[in-house]
Parts: sequence; structure tokens; C-alpha cells
Amino acid sequence: MNAIHLGAWDLVAAALLILLDAALSLALKLGVHRQILVAAVRMVVQLLLVGLVLRYVFASASPIATAAVILFMIAAAAREVATRPRQRLKRQMNYQISAAVVGISGFATVLLALTTAVRPDPWYEPRYAIPLMGIVLGSVLNAASLALDGVLDGVVRERARIEARLALGTPFREAIGPLVRGATRRGMIPVANQMSAAGIITLPGIMTGQLLAGMDPVEAVKYQILLMFLLAGASGLASVGAALLAVRALSDERQRLRVDRLRQGTI
Amino acid sequence: MLADLDPHEGEALLDGRCATSMPAPAWRAKVVYQAAEPAWWEPTAGAHFDDAERGFVEQSLAALGLDARILDSDVERLSTGERQRLALVRSLARRPAVLLLDEPTAALDPDSVGKAEALLRAGLADGMAILIVTHSAEQAQRLAQRIFRLEQGKLVTGEDA
Repeated sequence: MNAIHLGAWDLVAAALLILLDAALSLALKLGVHRQILVAAVRMVVQLLLVGLVLRYVFASASPIATAAVILFMIAAAAREVATRPRQRLKRQMNYQISAAVVGISGFATVLLALTTAVRPDPWYEPRYAIPLMGIVLGSVLNAASLALDGVLDGVVRERARIEARLALGTPFREAIGPLVRGATRRGMIPVANQMSAAGIITLPGIMTGQLLAGMDPVEAVKYQILLMFLLAGASGLASVGAALLAVRALSDERQRLRVDRLRQGTI
Repeated sequence: MLADLDPHEGEALLDGRCATSMPAPAWRAKVVYQAAEPAWWEPTAGAHFDDAERGFVEQSLAALGLDARILDSDVERLSTGERQRLALVRSLARRPAVLLLDEPTAALDPDSVGKAEALLRAGLADGMAILIVTHSAEQAQRLAQRIFRLEQGKLVTGEDA
């Protein structure tokens, strides 16, 4: 690929825009200049570190290093999913559910892509596995945290209604059904929006990157389509998984609604 | 505990069968619990009933002095008393063996209370068992075969009425 190489001075020119932001903030008394400068420095440091780590991992092509990076990414995503909802389940169940959902939906879709569509050699080739996992996890994170939040918040809000149905002998699955469907739908909406907006309203980030890196537009589009399908699949798995596991954690063998399994005082 | 909605110790029996030997929904269909402020999960009251229950529902509404058209109006817009009577009909329509009622007539005027109690008596005559929690000693005297008094969280008397 004939990417135009970026030198340090090219970046410095763009960095002037950050200084412009800071100057605007000072001039208009917006009070965000500190925040913007800190965030910019953080972003540069984080990305450089990632670049260095990835350069090392790509060069070594070691399965262990690849697995370590991927597990770290999954753990970070799972942590984010677990901590986003306002309600928390007792006994670290938020973390257990998030780890299971993020891990399974991430691995399932990335392995599918690596073994059918992309087929690098070896199949765990870090240059493919790591970026694929990264973009899939972004979607999974969104979907799972929306669905989890939907269920946990929903049972608190809908408790009286659900228990009224249970008290009349309605099976738990039926009484909780509307809530689970609503939460799952919430998790899947972002990727549906993303797909319908792709190409018209937004040029997806990956595709933009590939175009800038000199790839043929139609080739870049094919990759983007593949990715969108992966993201849709992963979001679906993550939403359904998070909603179902959360509901399971909130009921027991006597089909009761166990709101007491939410930690107190987090509302 | 009797409705098996909260974790508890001890065992409840219905006709010699203990609660845990039945699936929870089957138990709760027989031992129906009606909360003091019953919740509604559909927009209209009517949507909470099966078509098969229609006949019973219209009959009961008439007995309670309610117009059957109330079924089509928005539950949110009904008065507390109307919702309370509709909840009673909803519970009775499931034909439970045991009905657990928490202050079922608290929001009703004396005339409506009388009608609701008549409906409950008809249930009793059909062989239904009813356990009512009430603050009204008069209501307890009017309806009960046995009265238990709860004082500061302790069951103090269990007298035959």
C-alpha cells in the first residue's frame, strides 16, 4: 500500500488545532482548556504506547503475546460494561455477566471472521486478530451495557408490575418478557443505526483509515461490509446474552423476582 | 410468604400439598396475592382479562356497581377506588383456591365496601378461602370466621368470630 508517510512535523501542524481549541476556551471563558490539553496529551501517549506494543506483537507474531493483548482488551471492555449501569448486582455478578457476554460474543464473531472470511495464515495472525477484536469489542461494549442497564434499571422501575403478574400465577418468563425484549432491543439499536447511516451520513472509521492508507475504495468497502456484519452479530449476541444472564441473576428456582440481589443504595 | 414471592423459611400446605412440591406459578395461581396497591401492566383494565373471563368480569363489575365500559378506559385515569375494585375482580377471575388480600377496600366508600364484601362472601360460599389484612375491626367482624390480631409485629390472638 502506498500510504503517505506522516512525519513528526506533520502531526505538530495538526496539534496547533488543539492549541486553537485551548485559546478559544480561554478567550470565551469556557473553562475547558485544561481538560482539552490533558486529554490531548493522554490520547497521544496512549496511542503511542498501543502502537509500540502492537509493533512488537506484530513483529513477534507470537500466539501468547496476541492472546495476552486480546485478553487485556476483553477485560477492559468487560469492566466498562459492568460499571456503566447505575444498578449493581451483589456478589460481583455484574462483572461475571459482563466477562461472559463480552468474551463469548467477541470470540465467536472474531473467530468466525478469521476462519471464514479473512483467513490469514496463521489464523491468529495478530495484524488481523487484534484490530478485528478491537472493533468488535467496541460494539459489544455498547450493546451489552445498554441491555444490562435496561434490565437492571427496568426491574427496579417495573417491580410492582412484574410481581403483580407473578402473584396471579404468571410464569416468570412471561412476566419479565416485555422488559427483556425492551432491554435487548435497546442494545441492538446502535448497530442498526450504524448500518443504515454507513456511507451516507458517516464514513466509518475503519474505511476512512483504509482509504487514507491508500486502499482501493471498493476493497475498503468490502472490508467495511464484513465488519458491519460482524458488529451486528456481536451486538445481537451481546444484547441477548446480557439481558438473559441479568434476568437469570434476578430470579430463583421458585420463579421469584429477587430485587434484593441488587446492591442497596446505588440508586 | 404464602404467595411465595419472597424467600422465606417454613412450609405452606394447600389441601395437604406443600408449596415447594408444586411449580411456583401453579401455586401462585391457586394462592393469589393481591397487594395493597395493585399494579397494572397493560394500558387498559380490560387487557388484563382473558376472553374466557369476560362473563365473570362483567357480572362482578355489576355487583360492585361499576360500568363495564370502565374496562376500556386508561388505567392511569381511573380513581384509586375504581382500580382497587378492578383488582379485586382481576384476582377473583383467576378462580383461586385461596385469596390473600391486603387492605382490599381501604380506598372505598361504605356503600362500595358493602358491595365488595358481598362479592367476597359469594366467593367464600363457592369454597374459596380468603385471608384479609385489614385495619377495620368492623370489617373483620363482618367477614371473618377467625380473627388474628397483630400487635407490634406479634400475633397476639387467634379468636373464633
